Amino acid sequence: MERIKNMSKFTRTNIECYGMVLLAFVILLPLQNAGLISYSIAGQLVPICTYIVMAVSLNLTVGFLGELSLGHAGFMSVGAFSGVIAVACLKGSAAPDWTKLLVAIIVGGILAGVAGLIVGVPVIRLRGDYLAIVTLAFGEIIKNIINCLYVGVDKNGLHFSMTSADELGLVDASPVLKGPQGATGIPKISTFTSGVLLILFTLFVVLNLINSKTGRAVTAIRDNRIAAESVGINITRYKLTAFVISAILAGMAGALYAMNFSSIAARKFDFNTSILVLVFVVLGGMGNIPGTIIATTLLYMLPELLRQFADYRMLIYAVVLIVVMIATNSERIKLFADRIRSVFRRDDDVPDAAGKGGGAK
Amino acid sequence: MTFISNLINGISLGSVYAIIALGYTMVYGIAKMLNFAHGDVIMVGAYMAFCAMSYLSLPPIAAILLAMVVCTVLGIVIEALAYKPLRKASSLAVLITAIGVSYLLQNIALLIWGSAPKSFNSVVGFDSISLFDGRLIITSETVVTVIACIVIMLGLTLFTKKTKIGKGMRAVSEDKDAAELMGINVNVTISVTFAIGSALAAIAGVLLCSAYPTLMPTTGSMPGIKAFTAAVFGGIGSIPGAMLGGILLGLIEIFSKAYISTALSDAIVFAVLIVVLLVRPTGILGKKIAEKV
Repeated sequence: MERIKNMSKFTRTNIECYGMVLLAFVILLPLQNAGLISYSIAGQLVPICTYIVMAVSLNLTVGFLGELSLGHAGFMSVGAFSGVIAVACLKGSAAPDWTKLLVAIIVGGILAGVAGLIVGVPVIRLRGDYLAIVTLAFGEIIKNIINCLYVGVDKNGLHFSMTSADELGLVDASPVLKGPQGATGIPKISTFTSGVLLILFTLFVVLNLINSKTGRAVTAIRDNRIAAESVGINITRYKLTAFVISAILAGMAGALYAMNFSSIAARKFDFNTSILVLVFVVLGGMGNIPGTIIATTLLYMLPELLRQFADYRMLIYAVVLIVVMIATNSERIKLFADRIRSVFRRDDDVPDAAGKGGGAK
Repeated sequence: MTFISNLINGISLGSVYAIIALGYTMVYGIAKMLNFAHGDVIMVGAYMAFCAMSYLSLPPIAAILLAMVVCTVLGIVIEALAYKPLRKASSLAVLITAIGVSYLLQNIALLIWGSAPKSFNSVVGFDSISLFDGRLIITSETVVTVIACIVIMLGLTLFTKKTKIGKGMRAVSEDKDAAELMGINVNVTISVTFAIGSALAAIAGVLLCSAYPTLMPTTGSMPGIKAFTAAVFGGIGSIPGAMLGGILLGLIEIFSKAYISTALSDAIVFAVLIVVLLVRPTGILGKKIAEKV
């Protein structure tokens, strides 16, 4: 017991995160294989994995870098469609499904990283709400461009067009990406196992990053940009690093997500998706990775669990969102909770509680 | 002639954006929050006017007034219930709450009116104006929209410059604590701001749906995002900035639709926004913020 208490925060967070994911995996996989999970929930497993990766990677930008990003779905979109195209290129090959998925995820990650770099260079010069609006704008631009993009693969290689599928000039092949219709005929090669592996990879990257020199520089920039700059931290470099890594992970998540559906369109990755992920991050706790994982799982399942309320479920979801935000942030409720806590607290704990209450004010 | 016709359409669409952007910018200036639910207040306003005209067969003017009253009350209620408890919370918490309110309004609308689009009858009674032997047609909606926009702009400027509450609003946006010490009731001022912003949203909703007559629970979101962009474009917090940003945004949108690509027009609008923000990080008419160390 004493050892658990003395454990560093890093180790404890690590154990919590990995343990939680592995535990869920060990419980769910046999159930899924035995067919004990209802069809609708089994279909949610890969999307949940995707959104956990999305939320953890967004937490890197919002929680650790302290910059509000409203266009995270844009990177997911880039990853999804480049992954789909990569798999389409491998169509004839004898490679097993997991190799194809791996290629899709890597290609998706790289291209989303490039997009992140293009977005990041101008964006990180801005601050606060202006940065938020530019990320929103970039998300919309990416959606809009993919909505107009036609891509096909044949024996002559890749063909691109911005106007119509006919202009691709494909030789005995059908286009992969058909503008507003999106990508169709995607092989469904994502599995729950691959989703869990991607989560573990994401956790490995993010947890180690925030505990490294780069991570400490990033949190220093968040806490006080001017002080960080004055001790010689290169703001642009570290901000950009965190932003691009976040984009790469979102791209990987996007590729995994796309491979779970037979067809997918660019409008799936709109402003609302970005907001959805942001809600997971904020409710899970900014800078709190285990919290993000739990919040994502619960909130993603919530509409599913509320299915019996049919039309009212999104209404209930909205009310829950507002009530939780007010309950966790309102001054009056905080004071009230402090007072209740101090009543039940033992005498020797009281000074601590008073100190905390004073700090919150 | 096509150029002039596009120009007029651009100004007309831009005027609607400007009216919505005024609501965003006023709330941002005073409460320092991004009110993402504003776009959905537009939708509520449009539905109210639609119901008043279709079911109660009220005349258009009465329908608009009813929509404005409902939206004003809605704005005050939203502020009191959802935003007021979070006055001192982090801006992100307020943002998420605003998004929650936005979902709430959309889903209530979905439950009441269903997801099928309603066809909105124009509120404007007179015919279009035809110039140069019919080569240039100015729709009556355009005329009304532009006039409404100018009247609102002038009215709002006078209101903030001359009236006591208006001066209070400017004081609160300048420095909330100092304003409070000078005896300005900050809570009332913020409520009034929400009331005005929401009433303007109702007008914008009616004008928007008169020009583009499909009404759905999600009608407000895209114009809302674009108007928000317009507010940032002009410098968020600045009333003339919102006006300028709105009109410019409308012009860019219509011209890129006409001359470049219909499908890419949104991308072009947002790309111009990014370029503007890179050159002038606080928008065209935004104030430079000096940073204290």
